[in-house]
Amino acid sequence: MELLGSKPTRFGFGDGLVDLGERHSNVIVLGGDITGSVMTSLFKEKFPDRFFSIGIAEQNATTIAAGLALSGKIPFFASYGAFCALRNADQLRISVAYNEANVKIGGGHAGISVGPDGATHQVLEEVAFLRTLPHMTMIVPADYEEARKATVAMGEMVGPAYIRFGRSPVPLFTTPDTPFQLGKANLVMEGTDVALIANGALVWESILAAKELAKKGISARVINVHTVKPFDVETVTTAARECGCIVTAEEHQVHAGLGGAVAEVTAKNAPVPIEFVGVKDSFGGSGEPEELMVKFGLTWKEIYASALVAMERRDKGSSGFRAVKDVPVYSA
Amino acid sequence: MTDDMKRSLEFNETTFTNERRAPEGFAPIANEIRRDIVRMLVRAGSGHSGGPLGSADIFTMLYFGGNMRYNPADMQAPRDRFVLSAGHMAPVMYAALANAGCYPKKEQETLRKYNTRLQGHPGRDMHLPGIETSSGSLGQGISIAVGMAMSDKLVDKNDHRVFSLTGDGELQEGSVWEAAMSASHFKLDNFCWLIDNNDCQIDGRVPDVMDVYPIDKKCESFGFDTIVVNGHDYADLQRGFDRFLENQRSGSGKPTAIICQTFMGHGVSFMNDKFEWHGKPPSKDQATAALEELAQHP
Repeated sequence: MELLGSKPTRFGFGDGLVDLGERHSNVIVLGGDITGSVMTSLFKEKFPDRFFSIGIAEQNATTIAAGLALSGKIPFFASYGAFCALRNADQLRISVAYNEANVKIGGGHAGISVGPDGATHQVLEEVAFLRTLPHMTMIVPADYEEARKATVAMGEMVGPAYIRFGRSPVPLFTTPDTPFQLGKANLVMEGTDVALIANGALVWESILAAKELAKKGISARVINVHTVKPFDVETVTTAARECGCIVTAEEHQVHAGLGGAVAEVTAKNAPVPIEFVGVKDSFGGSGEPEELMVKFGLTWKEIYASALVAMERRDKGSSGFRAVKDVPVYSA
Repeated sequence: MTDDMKRSLEFNETTFTNERRAPEGFAPIANEIRRDIVRMLVRAGSGHSGGPLGSADIFTMLYFGGNMRYNPADMQAPRDRFVLSAGHMAPVMYAALANAGCYPKKEQETLRKYNTRLQGHPGRDMHLPGIETSSGSLGQGISIAVGMAMSDKLVDKNDHRVFSLTGDGELQEGSVWEAAMSASHFKLDNFCWLIDNNDCQIDGRVPDVMDVYPIDKKCESFGFDTIVVNGHDYADLQRGFDRFLENQRSGSGKPTAIICQTFMGHGVSFMNDKFEWHGKPPSKDQATAALEELAQHP
């Protein structure tokens, strides 16, 4: 797995939207005043008749999107995740999810890698909320190329969907040929000693951690769970059974996000030690993205160290790990 | 392709007419809607009496006055649409839809019961004909209606109308004004905002809980052509609808707000103008008395 460059995931969202707009005449985009930073400006330039500026009113934009969806359109609304996933939470719950309205939300500037804007704009909680909404699809792409493919895929599926993307450039390591299927986790690296399960920018950090572990003779499996909901129960269960311990890594609170989903599934199907890499019950703060990723413990080093802890817990049996190879798989 | 998308493609083939569905006049229809509301609520044992009874005349003019064009035998076909933003007033919409022939009247008995299509607050997932959206969390329906009106006027470019009804207490929800701002910004003269102004909400009189007045000046300043009508006078209500139809016909670029002044619980004297009747059903004895009173004024 090689580094191909560096590009923000939000560019993938913007390019994916233009691609969708060309393919489907009923794709509509709603702007929330920050169209340049969440890249809906690209769609606006290309399809001005299908772009509507709603202003700084995320609750209204979300429900207008529901009205458009109930009229046969495919509306996308994008803003910063702090405002288009949580300020409008009730609208997402009732008007979008309960209605099963075909609304698509793009939540930008996610995680602490927003940098200098500080804690108010660094959303770290929305994955937890969105994955509890019935009918919702929740996507956290790992790089530009995956964000582009995910945007097209969410536009072409029927039902409410949310994509999370970031502001700052992140490593690009997938290609147009890398498979992408909603709800199907990607096996990035084979391995048998420990499973590193990540999404977003932490997938690349997991790859770096796996390469370092390999130098110690440890074989780490890296899994990219780009779709947090619906969750790929089978891939994660298999990893738990075959590796016997897990590290989850995400640019999100450690509670109730990807790590929570992995814990729910493995607790039922294959209880193994899990170490959680993520933001540990705190708000973000100002700083450069790289500084913040170090401060909040979101680099390959924490994943590496956590892998060693997880393996030790497994080998000492302190978690009560037992052979679970013959237990049937239950969906979460 | 979803059903919504298919309908969108068919949207320009207009299959409806302005049909007034009240050969005997409006009063008997409104009376029957009120009696249905009482019968539904006493059977359910919970639910909202005051708002539905008070707005029965508005719903009569909406569904039977020829102002909203629809085919009761096929509520999926191209049509004008109504969004009940004040979801707790569901019983009056259910009664109007049943009396219009959109679903069997007998089914009204299932209000709020297990597995019913007549959920306590409207649920789109139950597929009751005529329910355009789920609602119940106040302030959302009007935004959905604005989105529908945008779809009709700005995207599909047809002449369909979209109506939405909010309560007056609901005006305390800030997002209502976000929706109002966008309706005039997008010049949605195909959008008609009905405000049930009964001055009551659960905790008391509206100005005591949080003052929303002057409603007419607020609507005007948000760009609405605003008209205040007596919500129990059919001719006056129609004057409001006519103003809306004229705005749309002339392409005025202005959405219309019809402020319907009503009394909560109207038609049942012991409920009339009493905010205590916002959120409760009549007892059996109260229902009997209410039905007797309504039977005297068909």
